[in-house]
Amino acid sequence: MATIAQAIRMALHYGEENLQLAHVFGEDVGLPLGGVFTATQGLKTAWNSPLDERGIIGAAIGLAMAGKRCVAEIQFCDYIFNAIDLLKLAGNTCWSTNGDWNLPMTVMTPVGSGIRGSLYHSHSFDAMMTHIPGWKIVIPSNPKDTYGLLISCLKELNPTMFLMPKAMMYLGGDELIPGEPASGLKALIDKPVDKAAAENWQPQWPPELTDYSVEIGKGKIVREGTDITVVSYGRTLPLCAKAADQLSQEGIKAEVIDLRSLWPYDWELISKSILKTQCVLYVNEDTEVTNFGEHLIRRTVDEFFYNLSAPPKLLAGAFIPGVGLAHSLEMASVPQLNNIVEAIRSVIASKV
Amino acid sequence: MTTVDSATLLKIHDLMVKNRLLEERLITMFKQNQGFFWIGGPGEEAFNIPLGLQVKKGHGLDYDYLHLHYRSSGILMAMGMDPMDAIRQMKNSALDPHSGGRNFAGHFSMRKWNVAPITSPIEVQYLVAIGTAIAQRDHGGTGITIVNGGDAGTAEGDFASCLVWASRPKQELPMLIIVTNNEWGISTSAKTQHGEKHIADRGNAFGIKTQVINGNDVNESFAAIQEAMHYVRTQRKPFLLEAKVSRLYGHSSASGGMFNPNEEDPLPLLQKKLIAANLLSAEAIETLRAKYEEELRLLADQVKTEPQPDPHSIYDFTYWQQQGKYW
Repeated sequence: MATIAQAIRMALHYGEENLQLAHVFGEDVGLPLGGVFTATQGLKTAWNSPLDERGIIGAAIGLAMAGKRCVAEIQFCDYIFNAIDLLKLAGNTCWSTNGDWNLPMTVMTPVGSGIRGSLYHSHSFDAMMTHIPGWKIVIPSNPKDTYGLLISCLKELNPTMFLMPKAMMYLGGDELIPGEPASGLKALIDKPVDKAAAENWQPQWPPELTDYSVEIGKGKIVREGTDITVVSYGRTLPLCAKAADQLSQEGIKAEVIDLRSLWPYDWELISKSILKTQCVLYVNEDTEVTNFGEHLIRRTVDEFFYNLSAPPKLLAGAFIPGVGLAHSLEMASVPQLNNIVEAIRSVIASKV
Repeated sequence: MTTVDSATLLKIHDLMVKNRLLEERLITMFKQNQGFFWIGGPGEEAFNIPLGLQVKKGHGLDYDYLHLHYRSSGILMAMGMDPMDAIRQMKNSALDPHSGGRNFAGHFSMRKWNVAPITSPIEVQYLVAIGTAIAQRDHGGTGITIVNGGDAGTAEGDFASCLVWASRPKQELPMLIIVTNNEWGISTSAKTQHGEKHIADRGNAFGIKTQVINGNDVNESFAAIQEAMHYVRTQRKPFLLEAKVSRLYGHSSASGGMFNPNEEDPLPLLQKKLIAANLLSAEAIETLRAKYEEELRLLADQVKTEPQPDPHSIYDFTYWQQQGKYW
């Protein structure tokens, strides 16, 4: 099964061949590295930019203006903060010109904790990004959705932000991507580590890749249940599924939704589930104050106050300046499996 | 140096008068409470009009892309922009084609002519310009990317970014990088903030061809722009052009929008030359001025009859071709 990094690579390759993707660029995105997570290895349009996040986002906007579809990478979202005003510019260009310009461009950046990345390789970006109108924002939690969401980004006529949960980049999924060979993918598309073998290496792209797309704005139920709705995305999503599996042995039936798109988000799916379970837990690892989950709670209270049998709850990262390096610090800073299990139990216990 | 022919000089003069009177009309509109804020480029006409006249105007990679700042009405008027549309933006009319009443005066956008939307954050245009220039480098032909901004903004890292990206070895960009230096950043004198002799000197470190000119001299401006454009169009490499210009009415309406007699005015400078060369008379100049003054006054009256934007339209175009509330 493909990893998320391989899924990104294959989607970008498909985009190069079929969706007029003309530029994949950013720091260390081209040869020799092919991205710090290998997500851009072997791509014919990949190139290295100067170490300049503002230049990268600005260049992406300009390429989009010139009709050249591009994917720009910011190496870690921890380094995108100096380009926030350019993200705002990309998001307001269509609106400020009253519909004159549109920007078909994608920015991708690894997010979140899980690699013991300390202060500047552990940031989340969902809370900040969902404050910027004019973008469509996605975050996959498995390789198949990674491929499908990225293909959708490459077809989109507006700016798209593709958030990559960095702790999961080398994890495989449960399902094959359409067109992915059942075995042997690594030998086909992973650059050899051996220097001599890597020198003249060329990827052997699977010939049957398709334009399999996951519609932006559509979530997915990954565990069905009737006792509680758990909404998550990215790194914490599989932990929520695991928590649901664990609690099912105690007779607790949790419904777990993988949101997949943060903007627009699948409110219809969340609503139906809340009306069924009458309680909800939102889980993500961004810092908890002015967290995107707080918006979801506000909307839950606004629309379903009298349908709820327990207060809606948010489980998120601690509101602290960074994620500390030590194992003990990281585990205490962002939601882990045991925190999610406890949070589900506490919501259910508070049901009236 | 190229000598500008008489017909072109007269055309430039005509546009300079028209552009000056447009800016003065916009200032008057502000003072009459017919607009919330004014910012523009009176004092830069001797550089901006010759620039606009030499733009390869059109849509797509074969034509010039323009990434301008908010003192650029002269460039666009020389390209043929209808002054009524600048007046509409000043009045935030619903018919303002640049922003639909959403943005300040002087914040133009014209996709049909490759004019990127002008933004209030200074210097970001030097980053966005990188993208269109990359596309034009790959495309070839003679279309180039033109970016301009003021002297104060060059303190932003974005200006340095532009120089770095434009001069990457074997990947140079066909970009005309312009700094119009009026020696002010709102109320702060450049002399107190810049140690470099010329801003253009910063291009030397990157091997970028540079020139510093008197942007108040029409002949010098026209010729320098022509040569710089020819270089960028044919060599497909960047050129950094610094033009010394005036700021005749202060930074914006926030500083009063008052005429500053201490600044050199390029318009009478040209008019003296035209009169001395028997190309124009003082009477003809006055007639021209009166004609445009009346035309623009009527347009300012007309704009009062136009509708203001529909409050229900606030969500429109957050996304491409989207109308109405989107969530």
